[in-house]
Amino acid sequence: MSLELRDVGVTFGGGLFAGPRKQAVRGVKLRLPSDAPHILAIVGESGSGKTTLTRLLLGLLRPTTGQMLWQGRDIWGLDRASWTAYRRAVQAIFQDPFGAYNPVYRVDRMLILPALNFGLAKTADEAHPLAEAALAAVGLRPAETLGRFPHQLSGGQRQRLMVARAMMLKPQVLVADEPVSMVDASLRATILESLSRLRTETGMSLVYVTHDLATAYQIADTIMVMRNGEVVEEGDVVSVIRAPAHAYTSELVAALPPPDPTIDWGLETSP
Amino acid sequence: MSALSVRHLTVEFATRAGAARAVNDVSFDLEPGERLGLVGESGSGKTTTALSLLRLIRPPGRLVAGEILIAGQDIAAAGPEALRRMRAARIALVPQGAMNALNPVLTCAAQFEDLFAAHNAQGGRARIAALLTSVGLDPAVADRYPHQLSGGMKQRVCIALAIALRPAVIVADEPTSALDVIVQKQVLKTLIAVQRDLGAAVVLVGHDMGLMAQFAHRIGVMYAGRLVELGPVREIFADPRHPYTRMLIDSLPGFCERGVFKGIPGLPPSLLSPPPGCPFAPRCPRAEPRCAVEVPETRVLGPGHEVRCHVA
Repeated sequence: MSLELRDVGVTFGGGLFAGPRKQAVRGVKLRLPSDAPHILAIVGESGSGKTTLTRLLLGLLRPTTGQMLWQGRDIWGLDRASWTAYRRAVQAIFQDPFGAYNPVYRVDRMLILPALNFGLAKTADEAHPLAEAALAAVGLRPAETLGRFPHQLSGGQRQRLMVARAMMLKPQVLVADEPVSMVDASLRATILESLSRLRTETGMSLVYVTHDLATAYQIADTIMVMRNGEVVEEGDVVSVIRAPAHAYTSELVAALPPPDPTIDWGLETSP
Repeated sequence: MSALSVRHLTVEFATRAGAARAVNDVSFDLEPGERLGLVGESGSGKTTTALSLLRLIRPPGRLVAGEILIAGQDIAAAGPEALRRMRAARIALVPQGAMNALNPVLTCAAQFEDLFAAHNAQGGRARIAALLTSVGLDPAVADRYPHQLSGGMKQRVCIALAIALRPAVIVADEPTSALDVIVQKQVLKTLIAVQRDLGAAVVLVGHDMGLMAQFAHRIGVMYAGRLVELGPVREIFADPRHPYTRMLIDSLPGFCERGVFKGIPGLPPSLLSPPPGCPFAPRCPRAEPRCAVEVPETRVLGPGHEVRCHVA
């Protein structure tokens, strides 16, 4: 397994009716090593190109320039069988838990259907225990979750359901775009622990997109800091966060409130 | 006199399976200029408590008991007209989703004028410009529509609206949860600056203990509808007495040890059928036999510090 973005650029717009050209991502190189499971964190502010990168990795967006390679092959030239294998191996947790569900189906379908399609279970009855185990791992009560429609769940619950789905499928790579942004801090730790356990237990690699540097520091091996579509700093997560080389990275580190009231973070000084 | 005095506040939601008590016998006082952080997990009742302070609970929710005194006047017992006059003028809300809180078809100035007109207050361009300046915005923002502003700017407009009538209490419900981390700090600085200027008390609702450590003077920890610990921020962080408070603080990720996750195992109880004793007992590492059967009463530990726990 290896996933690679080679000098990728994405441009939106520029057509007759598509508004002004906007370069969302430029010159990005990203490589998940194939020999060992790896956790890569991508951090940056809104509009920095983080989500565009995840859409490239998931094959949802074709790069304007450069290549997106899976096991050394450009995914946009894959045959049907390889494409299915790729879609099975690389799973997603989408950022917007409100837009990721079909509102007319009960949420069960989101767990049962992929279990059947990807051959984890032969019948819906067989798939049920898998779904229930996955729900329990993210702190959801199966009895209070299954049978519901998406609008009956909160944002945090929907995010956890997406995580449960990904965990059940045990992909080779999980691309998670702000998977716990609406979840409480206490539960966030539990979910991130489950994700990092998947790495040791099933050899899953994780691309973790977030603006929360503290959790990135907790689970990632390497980190990429993005701004305005470019990677401004990357490297080992401990060295990047402890000794940021780029001013923007320092700014992100400083934006994290110290969880200690005796440390002055400077909130009382005038803005 | 306290800016805000809440006594035995209780809110229930009617469901098909019976009444869910989302807020259960919550009492606290706030002094002018004081900032209280209300923390807890989703469903702990922190947002419901905050919204009840303005009587913004809609059916099937209902304020079943309690007093909410602002300068001696009970908002919980106020009639419709008195309630309308108190909102925004005495107690104001900075909403959670600034993205959707503003009217999309009105300019910012028009939204201020609406507020002034509803309260027969002195408005005008100069007053709006002064309010926008006080939250760090260009007065020209007055002529913009909400969609022309960034998330951080919209949240500042909401803060400016909240302080427009110089309320004694500002309730802010996760005002920065939708903002980038760098913008978040600027918005909180703005909130503190205007709050200090007014001498208003603030109730900030959130689940980020790190942010609370920096923002609040006092912390109120909610669990399953109850205020389980209330105390000065430094005491809460240095010596949390309720086991739940300690676990909340420990679950915060920091930049020291890596790969150590301290989530709180288990789930909060269902509000429809809460356990007979302490609601936290099933998850509590220090639970004793009596915790399962006897609801702990509030005990005062020191000045401004109280806890609902048998073992604290």
